[in-house]
Amino acid sequence: MPNVLKSILTHGHRQRLLFCLLLVAVLLLPFATDALLGRGWVRIVDFAMLYIMLALGLNIVVGYAGLLDLGYIAFFAVGAYCYALTGSPHLAMAYPLLFPDGLHLSFWIVLPLAALLAGGFGVLLGAPTLRLRGDYLAIVTLGFGEIIRIFMNNLNAPVNFTNGPQGISRIDPISVAGVSLNSTQQVMGITLPSVHLYFYLFLAFTLLVVFVSSRLEKSRIGRAWMAIREDEIAASAMGINTRNLKLLAFAMGAMFGGVSGTLFAGFQGFVSPESFSLMESVMVLCMVVLGGMGHIYGVILGGLLLALLPEVLRHSVVPLQQALFGKTLIDPESLRMLLFGVALIVVMLYRPAGLWPSRVRRRELESDEVAR
Amino acid sequence: MSLRSVSLLLAALFALASCGKSATDQAAGELIVRIGAVAPLTGPQAHLGKDNENGTRMAIDDANAKGITIGGKKVHFELISEDDQADPKTATIVAQKLVDNKVAGVIGHLNSGTTIPAAKIYSDNAIPQISPSATAVSYTKQGFKTAFRVMANDAQQGRALGEYAVKNLGAVKIAIIDDRTAYGQGLADEFIKAARAAGAQIVAHEYTSDKSVDFTAVLTAVKGKQPDLLFYGGMDAQGGPMARQIKALALNVKLMMGDGGYTPEFVKLAGDAAEGAYASLPGVPLDKMPGGKDFSGRFVAKYQPIQLYAPYCYDAVNVMIAAMQKADSADPAKYMPALASLSHQGVTADIQFDGNGDLKGGAVTLYQVKQGKWQVLETVGAAK
Amino acid sequence: MEIFFQQIINGLVQGSVYALVALGYTMVYGILGLINFAHGEVVMVGAMLALSALTALIGWGVPPLLALPVSLLLAMAGCMLLGFGIERIAYRPLRHAPRLAPLITAIGVSIVLQNLAMMIWGREYHAFPQLINNQSHHVGGAIINDIQIVIIITALGLMAGLMAIVHRTSLGCAMRAVAENQHAAQLMGVDVNRVISVTFMLGSALAAIAGLMVSANYGLAHYYMGFLLGLKAFTAAVLGGIGNLRGAMLGGLLLGLIESLGAGYIGDLTGGFLGSQYQDVFAFFVLIAVLVFRPSGLLGERLAERA
Repeated sequence: MPNVLKSILTHGHRQRLLFCLLLVAVLLLPFATDALLGRGWVRIVDFAMLYIMLALGLNIVVGYAGLLDLGYIAFFAVGAYCYALTGSPHLAMAYPLLFPDGLHLSFWIVLPLAALLAGGFGVLLGAPTLRLRGDYLAIVTLGFGEIIRIFMNNLNAPVNFTNGPQGISRIDPISVAGVSLNSTQQVMGITLPSVHLYFYLFLAFTLLVVFVSSRLEKSRIGRAWMAIREDEIAASAMGINTRNLKLLAFAMGAMFGGVSGTLFAGFQGFVSPESFSLMESVMVLCMVVLGGMGHIYGVILGGLLLALLPEVLRHSVVPLQQALFGKTLIDPESLRMLLFGVALIVVMLYRPAGLWPSRVRRRELESDEVAR
Repeated sequence: MSLRSVSLLLAALFALASCGKSATDQAAGELIVRIGAVAPLTGPQAHLGKDNENGTRMAIDDANAKGITIGGKKVHFELISEDDQADPKTATIVAQKLVDNKVAGVIGHLNSGTTIPAAKIYSDNAIPQISPSATAVSYTKQGFKTAFRVMANDAQQGRALGEYAVKNLGAVKIAIIDDRTAYGQGLADEFIKAARAAGAQIVAHEYTSDKSVDFTAVLTAVKGKQPDLLFYGGMDAQGGPMARQIKALALNVKLMMGDGGYTPEFVKLAGDAAEGAYASLPGVPLDKMPGGKDFSGRFVAKYQPIQLYAPYCYDAVNVMIAAMQKADSADPAKYMPALASLSHQGVTADIQFDGNGDLKGGAVTLYQVKQGKWQVLETVGAAK
Repeated sequence: MEIFFQQIINGLVQGSVYALVALGYTMVYGILGLINFAHGEVVMVGAMLALSALTALIGWGVPPLLALPVSLLLAMAGCMLLGFGIERIAYRPLRHAPRLAPLITAIGVSIVLQNLAMMIWGREYHAFPQLINNQSHHVGGAIINDIQIVIIITALGLMAGLMAIVHRTSLGCAMRAVAENQHAAQLMGVDVNRVISVTFMLGSALAAIAGLMVSANYGLAHYYMGFLLGLKAFTAAVLGGIGNLRGAMLGGLLLGLIESLGAGYIGDLTGGFLGSQYQDVFAFFVLIAVLVFRPSGLLGERLAERA
């Protein structure tokens, strides 16, 4: 930012201006993407938003409270299956007597229930792991994630609850104020395709998650979490109830995951256990760590980058090779994942604290000045 | 990292992405028709995905060599091959990308779990989709007019297998192992229904996963129930080692699999334990169909031995092109009705679709390994 | 009873396979306190290298009994080089970085190795040649074959060998010193970098042996085989108490037994309600139960704060 501007505007003003500019840019994003890159990219950005929500949720557990969680995708799965069960004809097909037409609950009723249920699962996971640290915690959370996935994959017999590996299809699309998001809408002469509508819905939820995260971070609870992260024994000596706060971290993180999951189910219209594999948990963790643990903007950046990078590589590997060598030398698919792996390594080597780490120190100093 | 460098980075990423959208030069007077092909090209099923891609590519090369004209214009077919990583979410992204690229039709996807969510996107954009290998019954039951397949579904194949096991092989006590994938579980369930209806008893139902290599525990449990036939719902990569372990445990059963087992890979991995194993494959044997032998000969010369679904991909492309020729248009809206009512002699079967987009008749051929090679036993449930 | 005995043998064989891989995990963890998540992929590379060397040697007419040890040595050498390289590139620069940074590079290394292997060896499954007549033996109604016996003996032998290295040699003394306190070890004249490099190479050589054993036993090798194996072995190492060699052995065997007995008897225990599809659930429940009562595994040291 030029010095002139810096001198005219105070820090707060600059922040606000930047925020407004960013907001306008984000609001126009689906149209710009659609026009420049194609509608497929809007869908990719939609998925990126879901990942950002997941990464922010995991950031509470890993970034704030310092609890390594390798099974986070389980909460995403719980949310997704909540809406899949209540918003699809699955129950009607499995139990025609009990539910002749299926439940078909509104998304807005399922959402809070799913969040609560996911939060409950978070506590369920947290309770037996309170005494565990580091790598032991990692393996237990990993196991928990696998347990949830295995149950979802197998609960089609003797009672058909999840329809097993076949997954649940024909999930109702999300509708807002009676308008189904699965159709193209005209608003004031502007055509909004389905992916654009979902974009705005996801944007709203992402902003909500960002807001809640940032309030939590600065709250008493957030500071207590960070105290636990830095030194659990010292924290408990200072009178922090580490047990309750750790459980709260698990529950809060899980709720964000659950919300993201219900959105996913409505957007995709189909859920199956394949979508909730261990690799997905690992991917979300990579987003948090790569972006900068405990720093909201960093985590958003990490989520965005890792969700987009494989797709960017998908679109660019072949043309790039053709531009450089005149022909496709290496199979694009293997090269794509290879470059992805290389990117993970290189980023960590050069920025071990993440791409955009939080400046905890500096912020503390600044807030001191403001307080005075 | 400041905000500015972040935005720079993002801009660079998008610039990189946009060079992927290269414009296609349209030669004068030539109509370019794009056909999408989707299969997992990375991950554990990559070998099958590549096989699908090769089958599709060969059909497209053939069509280009033949010089087809549609609507008075010479047509150049262009293949856009995509990797869905066998992941449902990636499948929808890829589907949307193909829609953006204005493909006239899609050959794919390989797995049921990816085909089902992608079908919704193709249906929303009215682009016909022919899956060469998705067998889940629910794929064509979603009410989409655009969903077709050139492969018998689980119900058709499971029924043929179950009846054959009981009536022809005389199985009385049957054990089941399935790999808990949409494919393995779906096929095993249909097999069980048919075998029970034919009067057999299911004495054990055990489970494994599509990533396992050790089956000794479940096989030992099966051994305790003393069945005379073991049906495995799953793929060759597990079937092969399973056959070896059956032999090592001196488990005296006939091993039977669906189309996932009918591959050269199975015989290679099972070694001499493959001898006597049964498997099925929808359709009629390649060398019994006109053009089938020619296809397999050319395919092997050009790529590698057929893994599994390459002939179905070849058929799927040809059916699509035949429909375009019949309607004299490559516009999906125009040729889709022609596709639905078409009758085409492919290399795997005489292809006709029913009201759902499933294969009519659904002949299934049974094979057995004899002297280290899959040999035809007989074709059951031929087109009625 | 025969069935039960067979399940025990199945569990022991499977458990020894896990233990072989778990030893590599635990070796590195014991010294560095770092989970080498790429270890499973090193096992895969070992199997692939051994298989390639074996096929080439047999093709040149080398007798199988000579070809087997030679290809094993080649695979070990290759893996040691790989392990050295991985540590040098992906872990050493991050030795003082935040705890999760090396975890992410390890995941990156896994992805890279997997895809490199896919480019080099192709996407298909490779069958392991049946070279030696693999004879079956009947022990009290149960069956065990030669390769399986070799696996169990190798796992035990390697564990004993590693313990001898760690506790009896000067290198082992240096390793223990580095594990205790890197700075202090350096002050005492221990070349910390060299010790860590050697540890990685040792772990990778173990991985090559494990890779060959696994692919000989199951008769196949594939570029994706390292993932699940690595995961199970990691579970085994934690169950036994990660960082402890005897713990890796115990954890591996225990996990193998839990899995095979679980797969065999869950159905009977729950009256057919749950079946063998829940064998992993069962294994993880046991793991969680153990960790609730012994938070650092069965034989792990009781270190209060070593995250």
